[in-house]
Amino acid sequence: MADATAERRYEPVIGLEIHVQLRTRTKMFCGCALSFGEEPNTFTCPVCLGHPGTLPTANAEAVHFGLMIALAFGCEIAPRSIFHRKNYFYPDLPKGYQISQYDIPLARSGQLGDVRIHRVHLEEDAAKLVHAGASGRIHGAEASVVDFNRGGTPLVEIVTEPDLRSAADAGAWLRVLRATLRQLGVSDVNMEEGSLRCDANVSIRPAGEAIFGTKTELKNMNSFRFLERGIDAEIRRQEEIVGAGGEVEQETLHFDPVTGALSSLRSKEEAHDYRYFPEPDLVPLAPTPEMLESARAAIPELPVARAERFERDLRLSSQLARTLAFRGELGDYFEEALASDGALDAATLANWVTGELVARVGDSDPADSRVRPQALARLVELVSARTVSQSAAKEVLDVLAAEGGDPDAIVSERSLALAGADELGGIVDRAIAANERAVAELKGGKQKAIGAIVGAVMRETKGRADGGEVQRLIRERLGL
Amino acid sequence: MTDPLSLTGAQAADAIKAGEISAAELFDFYRDRAAGDKLGIYLWVADSPGVASGTPLAGVPLAVKDLFCIEGVPSTAASRILEGYRPPYTATSVRRLVESGAAVLGKTNMDEFAMGSSNENSGYGPVRNPWDTDRVPGGSSGGSAAAVAAGVAPWAIGTDTGGSIRQPAALCGVVGLKPTYGTVSRYGMIAFASSLDQCGPLTRDVTDAALLYRHMIGRDTCDSTSLEHPESIALPTAEGLDGITFGVPPELTSDGIEAGVRDVFEQTLRRVEELGGNLEEVALPHSGHGLAAYYVLAPAEASANLARYDGVRYGSRAGNGDLVSMYEQTRHDGFGAEVKRRIMLGTYALSSGYYEAYYGRAQRVRTKIADDFRAAFERVDMILTPTSPTVAFRLGERTDDPLSMYMSDALTVPMSLAGIPAISIPGGLSDGLPVGVQIAAPAFGENRILDAAHALERAIGFEGVPRDG
Repeated sequence: MADATAERRYEPVIGLEIHVQLRTRTKMFCGCALSFGEEPNTFTCPVCLGHPGTLPTANAEAVHFGLMIALAFGCEIAPRSIFHRKNYFYPDLPKGYQISQYDIPLARSGQLGDVRIHRVHLEEDAAKLVHAGASGRIHGAEASVVDFNRGGTPLVEIVTEPDLRSAADAGAWLRVLRATLRQLGVSDVNMEEGSLRCDANVSIRPAGEAIFGTKTELKNMNSFRFLERGIDAEIRRQEEIVGAGGEVEQETLHFDPVTGALSSLRSKEEAHDYRYFPEPDLVPLAPTPEMLESARAAIPELPVARAERFERDLRLSSQLARTLAFRGELGDYFEEALASDGALDAATLANWVTGELVARVGDSDPADSRVRPQALARLVELVSARTVSQSAAKEVLDVLAAEGGDPDAIVSERSLALAGADELGGIVDRAIAANERAVAELKGGKQKAIGAIVGAVMRETKGRADGGEVQRLIRERLGL
Repeated sequence: MTDPLSLTGAQAADAIKAGEISAAELFDFYRDRAAGDKLGIYLWVADSPGVASGTPLAGVPLAVKDLFCIEGVPSTAASRILEGYRPPYTATSVRRLVESGAAVLGKTNMDEFAMGSSNENSGYGPVRNPWDTDRVPGGSSGGSAAAVAAGVAPWAIGTDTGGSIRQPAALCGVVGLKPTYGTVSRYGMIAFASSLDQCGPLTRDVTDAALLYRHMIGRDTCDSTSLEHPESIALPTAEGLDGITFGVPPELTSDGIEAGVRDVFEQTLRRVEELGGNLEEVALPHSGHGLAAYYVLAPAEASANLARYDGVRYGSRAGNGDLVSMYEQTRHDGFGAEVKRRIMLGTYALSSGYYEAYYGRAQRVRTKIADDFRAAFERVDMILTPTSPTVAFRLGERTDDPLSMYMSDALTVPMSLAGIPAISIPGGLSDGLPVGVQIAAPAFGENRILDAAHALERAIGFEGVPRDG
C-alpha cells in the first residue's frame, strides 16, 4: 500500500495506450488468414514477408472495424487519414518499417465512460521472435528465430487522454473498454494471448496542481492484475523520488510481475528516431458515407449504455446491471429469458443468471449450455410461485445444465414440488402431536424449539416444504 | 527466310502470325545472340520461351530489366545483396505481357536498385554502349536500352524513376516511354522510390512502344496506387502535327546542354514546324529545382524501401552471428557505394529536426513543379525538350563526381516529379552518337505523345542502330 500521506500530497495522472488485434478474416495489408497458434511461418506470403517488389493493400474489413471502434467512442473521423512508415530495424519487422498512422489518424476526440479518447489509428502487428537460451530475451540468447504468422495482423491503437487517477481506475476502465470491444465483436480482447495489450503513461503531481509532472511509459503489461500492480509500483517509485527532492526522468520502463521491479528499457536520449513519412504505397484512407453508415449500423448497444438501461428500466442494482452488461452474452441470455415471461421479477432473474447459472457454465456462453433461457425463466417463476423451494430449484438447474429439458417435467419426475396447503396442514398437525416436549418449550417462550417440529415436517415431506410457510402454520396452529 | 534482326517487335509478331517465322525460331535466334552478348547486357538468359501461341504478342522475345520479379528466376536489381534470390511470385506488368504472348528472353543489367545514370553502379559490372563500347549506355535501364540498340532483344521493358528509361533510350538511340504514374502496376517491381517509380517499354520504334504499353496497363488490386487508363492505347498512325502546339521551356532547353545535343534539338524544332506543328515558348519556372527536390525525395523513400535487405529472410547474409553485426556486415558487403550514399542521404533527410527543411520543402517544390506543368498545358498540347544534356559519356568519366552524374537527369526529373508521361525518341546523331528528344504531355496523354512521336520519327528517319552487338 502506498503511504497514506503521500497519497494525499501527490495525485497520479495516468493515460493508457492500448493495442487491439482485430478479428478480421485476413491480415492488414495482404490476403493471409490470421493465425492462432498454428505451425510457425505457415500463414505468410510475399507481402507480409516483405519480399522485394511487394506492395501493401489496406484491408477493408479492418477499416470497417476501426471505424466501428472510433464511432462507438463518438470520435471525429478524419475525412482523409494517412498511413505512415515508422522506420526501425528489428528482425520481427520484415520491411524495416511498420505501416502505421501518424499525424492524421483514422479518428480523434472520443469518449468512453469518463475517460476521453485522444486518438484511434490503424497499423500492422510485428512478427513474433522466439529466443533460445536461458534468458528468454534477445540479450544473451543463443539463437533467435522469427515466426511471421502474426506479422501483419491488423491492430487498432487507442490512446486515451490522461484522465485516470489511480491504478484501480485504470484497471476498471480497461475492463469497460474490453467489454465494449467484445460487444463490438471486433477482437478477442484477451490480454494473456496478446489480442489486447496495454501500455501506461504515468506521472504524479502535487494534489491540486494543474501542470503535469514528467511521465514515464510502462510497457506491455499482459494482465489486468499486472497492469494495476505495475502502475501502483510506478506511482510509489515516483512518489519516493519526488518525496526525496529528486526529479522523475522521462523513460520507458518494463515491469517484472514476478519481482514487482521496474527496470529501464530506454531513456529519453535513447528514444528512437522513427523517421516517419507518408507511406507512398498507399493512398489516403477516405471513408465514404456508405462506409461510415455501414460501420454505424454494425454497432450494437454497448455495455455502458446497456448497464444504464438495466438500472433505469429494470431497476437492477448497479452491480447486477454491470455484471450482465459487461459480459454481453450474459446480458443477451438474461434479456431472452426475461422476454419469455413478462411477469418475472427482473432482479430475481438477474440474480439467478449471474449467480446459479454462471456457477454452472463458468466463462462459457450460457447460450451454448443445455439450459434454455425459457427454461431458466420458468424455473425462477416456479420458485417465485412457491411451487418449488430454493434448494429444489438448484437441483432442477443441475439437471437442466446436465441434460437440458423442461423444469416442470423435472419437478414432476423427481417429486420436487412443494407440498400443497391441505397436505402440509395434516403433516404439521401430526408433527405437533408427535413433539409434545418441543411444543411445550415453544409455548414457554423458547423460540429455538420450533426447529424440532419444522425438522419433523421436512423429514415427512422429504424437503418439499417451504421452511417459512411451515413455521407460519405451526405458530398458527399453536395460537402463537 | 526473313532476317529476324530486321524486324521490330510488332513486325516480328506479324511475321509469326503470318507463318513466316516460328516463335521458337525467333526465340532461339535471340537467345543465341543474348548468350553471345559481350556488352554486359544480360544477368540471366532463359532456356526456353514457355509461352502460349495465338496471343497478341505471338511469342516475340522480351528483355526484362532485373528490377522485375519473376517467379523462380534470379531477380537481383543488380545488387549483390540479392545474389541468388529467386522470387516466389511474378510482377504484374511482366505477368500481363507474358499473358499477352511475350516470351521472357532474359534479365537485363542495370544500376543497382535503379540508382544511377550510367549503369556503372551495377553489382555485376557495367554495360557498354553498342554505339561506342568505351561509353556508357545510360541508366538505370542501361541493359534494356543497350539490348534493343544492339539487337540482342527485339524489345525490352525498364523502369523510370527520374529518367531511367528515357535517358538510356536517348544515349542508345532507341525509343523509351515513361508512362503516367499509376497506369502500370508497380507490384513486383523492386522499389527504389515508390512515389516516382514507373515501368515502361524500350523499343526500336514508337509503334513497338505503343504495343507493349497497351499490354502493360490496367488497375491492379495488388497496387493501391495503380489506375485504370481512361483510354485504350491505339497504335500510332499520325504522319503530321497539324494544329498541335509544342511548348519549348527555356529552363530545360538552354543551360548546361552541350552544343551537339542543342543542334539536334534545333533540327527537331524545325521538323515540328515542317510537319505543321506550332512552337511556343512556355515557362516551367520551378523545374530548375527539380533535381534538388528529387535527390531528397527519392533517397528518402529509398532509405525505407531498402531497409528490408537485412539478411534475415532472403538474399545474402554476413556477420558474426550477432544481430547488429548481421545488419551492418550484410548491408556493408551487399550494397554498392551509390546505394549507401542514397540511403544515408535519405535517412538524414527524414531525421527528426531535418524533416521539414528537407523532405517537407522538397514535397512543396514537387507540388510547384506539377503546378508549372498544369499551367503550361493550358497553353500548349505537349512539351518538347532534349532528353539528356549530353550524349553518352565515357565509362568512368563521372563515377568520381556524383553531382555531374546526377545532372544527367536534369531534363527528365521534372516530368517524373509531376507524374506525367514522356517519351524519348532518337532525334539524330552528334559526332556519331545518338541524341534523344523528349515529348511530354498531361497525365494520360500517352496516345497524343505516341502519335506525335510517330509523326516525328517518320520525318527524322533515324537509322543506323548497330545490329552487331
